[in-house]
This record gives sequence, C-alpha cells and structure tokens, in this order.
Amino acid sequence: MKPPRFDYLRPQTLAEAVELLDRHGGDAAILAGGQSLMPMLNLRVAQPAVLIDINAVPELDRIGRSGDRLSIGGRARHNDVFRSAEVAQAAPLLTVALEHVAHEAIRNRGTLGGSLALADPAAELPACMVCLDAEIVTASVKGERRIPAGAFFQGLYTTTLEPNEILARVDVPAAGTDWRFGFDEVARRRGDFAMAGVAVAVREESKAVAECRISLLGVEMSPRRMEAVEMCLLDAPLGTAANIVAAQSALRDTLEPIEGSEIPPEYRIQIAHELLARVIRAMAAPVSGKRTH
Amino acid sequence: MMASDEPMAEISCTVNGQPVRAHVPLRQSLVDFVRHGLGLTGSHVGCEHGVCGACHAVVDGRVVRGCLMLAVQVDGRTVTTIETDQPTAQMRALQDTFFERAALQCGFCTPGMILQASELLTRTAAPTRAEIRDALSGNYCRCTGYHAIVDAVETAAARLRDKAAA
Ligand SMILES: Cc1cc2nc3c(=O)[nH]c(=O)nc-3n(C[C@H](O)[C@H](O)[C@H](O)COP(=O)(O)OP(=O)(O)OC[C@H]3O[C@@H](n4cnc5c(N)ncnc54)[C@H](O)[C@@H]3O)c2cc1C
Ligand code: FES
Ligand code: FES
Repeated sequence: MKPPRFDYLRPQTLAEAVELLDRHGGDAAILAGGQSLMPMLNLRVAQPAVLIDINAVPELDRIGRSGDRLSIGGRARHNDVFRSAEVAQAAPLLTVALEHVAHEAIRNRGTLGGSLALADPAAELPACMVCLDAEIVTASVKGERRIPAGAFFQGLYTTTLEPNEILARVDVPAAGTDWRFGFDEVARRRGDFAMAGVAVAVREESKAVAECRISLLGVEMSPRRMEAVEMCLLDAPLGTAANIVAAQSALRDTLEPIEGSEIPPEYRIQIAHELLARVIRAMAAPVSGKRTH
Repeated sequence: MMASDEPMAEISCTVNGQPVRAHVPLRQSLVDFVRHGLGLTGSHVGCEHGVCGACHAVVDGRVVRGCLMLAVQVDGRTVTTIETDQPTAQMRALQDTFFERAALQCGFCTPGMILQASELLTRTAAPTRAEIRDALSGNYCRCTGYHAIVDAVETAAARLRDKAAA
C-alpha cells in the first residue's frame, strides 16, 4: 500500500505557500499533519500531482490570545491545542473535545486546519468551531478572507475553502466566566471517529440560560447550529427535566442523519438523543475529578 | 526497488544520534526509509494507514506514525527509533518490565508500545491505568490482550518514581 507518485514542494513562508497553491490549485494538496491525507494517498483515494508541505512555514502553529479573541494557527497540532493553558482558559470546549480526537501519536502531528479543511462529518473540531461561533481565516494571493464557522461547512467533506486558499487560523471568541460548555460522544473504541457526539455552550444570567449554542458531530453530513433545540433551553435554569425532554424531542424532529453508512440512522439519532440529556445534566451538576474508566 | 525515473530527493537528518545523508524517493514513508534505507527494522509496517501504531518512531522528541510521514519530511530533523543506543530512562525501564511481565508474545507491536509508553511516562510520572490505556489506545496488540502491557507500564512508572525519590 504505497502512495502514487507526486511532486513535493516545501515553501518556507506563507507568501511562498499561497503563491505555489495559486499556481497549482486543483492539482495540489496541502500536506499539514498528513494524518488524513497520507492514509488517503496510501489507499489511493487521493492522487494529487503536487504536495505542498506547509510544515516549514513559520507562525502557522501559533496559539495566542489578544483581548477577547483566541487565535489558533491552522497548523497548530492537536496535542498543542489540547495541552495549551490559554485554550483551556479561553475555549475549554476544545480541550475537552480534543481528548476524543484520535490517539497520542496522531495528535502529535494532526492539525486544526487539517481537520477543519477535511470536514469529516464525525470529526470533533468542526462541530466545536460551530458551537463556539468561531471565525475561520483563510489566506491566498488575494489576501485574507474571514468565514463564520457556521457558513464554512457545506456537506460531507465539503467546505467553502477555495482551491487556492490555505486555512491560516481560527479566531475563537474567548469565553467569559458566565459561559459553560459540555461535550460528549460515543465511539466504538477510544480514539475512533464518533458515531454521534454533542457540543453545548450556554451563557447564564441570574441563573437562567440567556444564550445557547448546540452542534452535533457524527450524525448529520456536516455540523450546524441546532436552533430549535437551543430554544428549548432558553430563559430557564439549565437542566430542568422538562426542558431536557423538550430539547430531546426538538432534536429528533430536527436531525437529518447520514444515510447509507454501516451505522443505521436511527441508531445515531438514539445516541444523540441520549447524549444531549447526558451533557446537559453534567453541565448542570458538574462533578470534578478525573475520568475513571 | 524503485524505477529509475522515480522522483527522488536528497535529505540529511540525525538518526539515533548519527548523521545520515540519503537519497530517498519522494513518496517513501519514514518507516520504509528507516527499514529499507537504514536497516533499522524495529519499526514495523502494519496497516500503513495510521491505525495500528507498529510503525512508531520519534521525530524531534515526539512519537509519530512512521507510515504517515514522508522520509523527505525528516530532512533536517532528529529521528529516534527503538534501536537507539541511548535509550531514555523511561525506555530502559519499560524494556525491563515488558520482559519481566511477558507483556509481549510475537513482539510485532512492542517497539511502538515502548516508544508511546515512554512518551507518557516522560510527561506523567504516575499515570492511572485509565491514562495508560488512553495513551496506548492507538497501539494495537493482536496477542497479549493488553492487560500485561498495562501492568508493565504501571510497574515501570513505579520503578522510575522510586528511583527519582532515592
Ligand atoms: C487512526 C486515526 C484515527 C483518527 N481519529 C480521529 C478522530 O477521532 N477525530 C478526528 O477529528 N480526527 C481523527 N483522525 C484524523 C486526524 O485528526 C487528522 O489529523 C485530521 O483530520 C487532519 O489533519 P492533518 O493536519 O493531519 O491534515 P492532512 O492529512 O495533512 O490534510 C487533510 C486535508 O486537509 C487539507 N489541509 C490540511 N491543512 C490545510 C490548511 N491549513 N489549509 C487548507 N487545506 C488544508 C489537505 O490538503 C487535505 O485535503 C484520525 C486519524 C487517524 C489516522
Ligand atoms: S503501520 Fe503505521 S499505524 Fe499501522
Ligand atoms: S505481542 Fe504480538 S501484536 Fe502485540
């Protein structure tokens, strides 16, 4: 199982990278962590003529906060985001979700930009970026473009990224202390892509939910806000039994699950239904301490 | 063997402490390079798509899938494999406890397990069994049933802690 032939280019600056990408466009693939692209090459489901390796481009892996904005570089490795104190403080949803992304060695190489550009329906990070209301910033020879995460994911492995654009960074609104986050998923084995997962963000005012954002992974073709479900939780304390039941029922009515895979759509819905309640209950009554299983 | 018109590149890197210059096919994986180019056959080729962990090597201090990195990508970098004659204290302790606890049968998964467990013990002196299982979740073993492996990592961690305290 070896990859087909390709040409290999290793730009040393972002300017050089976007220039090369502009020249080769559709024939080229960006090589970031390679944790999805290399398997696709080895299995020969992808056959780009040129690989543009962005691992030598400086700055692309920077993680930094300025004011109420956390910026994470497109080539930030999963494990660096996972273990970043700044991320844990400003966007703890990512820290919790990344624990579920693949395995140590894969997180050592795999990148945020690679995961978002790939847009696997079962990936954690796309759903989290929708839930966090993040902005995706791309770079091309024409300059920068900002795309709200909610408009970036277009379907199965499909995004609004143009062939000449690099995903340069993601801007995440840094969470104030009035925000709380929850995440959980069910996968067949530790580190596998999820069969279903749920990400929840709520902001509370005087002990009632004032703002709420919910997105799912592994259930639909691509992540989106579950507005009908969010509505059920507003203007009441988080986690009342009645609201959870209402939210679960709205979820069932809203979901358009992936068809034709080995996991039956009804099963994905059932997991999502259960996870939604589990995540909300856990957020309402947080227990501290390490995972024990 | 590669055809004579195979696109190649010149790389230089450090492997197990030794400087290496090599002429590698652009599409050659790191694991194929260390095995076929350098004769270091401790990193094994299992699935070649990132799921089994048999191909692990350490690049610039981090464990990577040798089947998902290209040989050209280690140009200018430092590579360590299980064959290194300067193993870390973690690697040495793990090699002892894997042997004592019989945490291997065929040994196909063992180099990958040792490198990954060593990374865990470097970061976490006293991992729980759940943390050990998590860290090794990307390393498949088709023989042992994992129990002995978790035991061996736990014992190695305890020994390293005792040594540090002594
Ligand atoms: C065994 C295994 C288990 C995994 N489990 C999970 C899991 O549970 N959850 C999960 O989310 N992921 C999982 N992954 C995938 C992993 O997270 C990948 O690292 C990630 O999806 C892709 O990131 P990458 O940096 O490796 O991208 P690459 O493989 O380098 O690239 C992926 C695609 O994105 C494009 N691309 C990459 N970077 C950019 C950029 N900056 N701008 C524009 N385009 C870009 C590439 O051209 C390519 O098409 C798993 C992978 C493996 C091998
Ligand atoms: S051979 Fe690399 S992970 Fe299986
Ligand atoms: S000892 Fe045989 S695969 Fe692990």
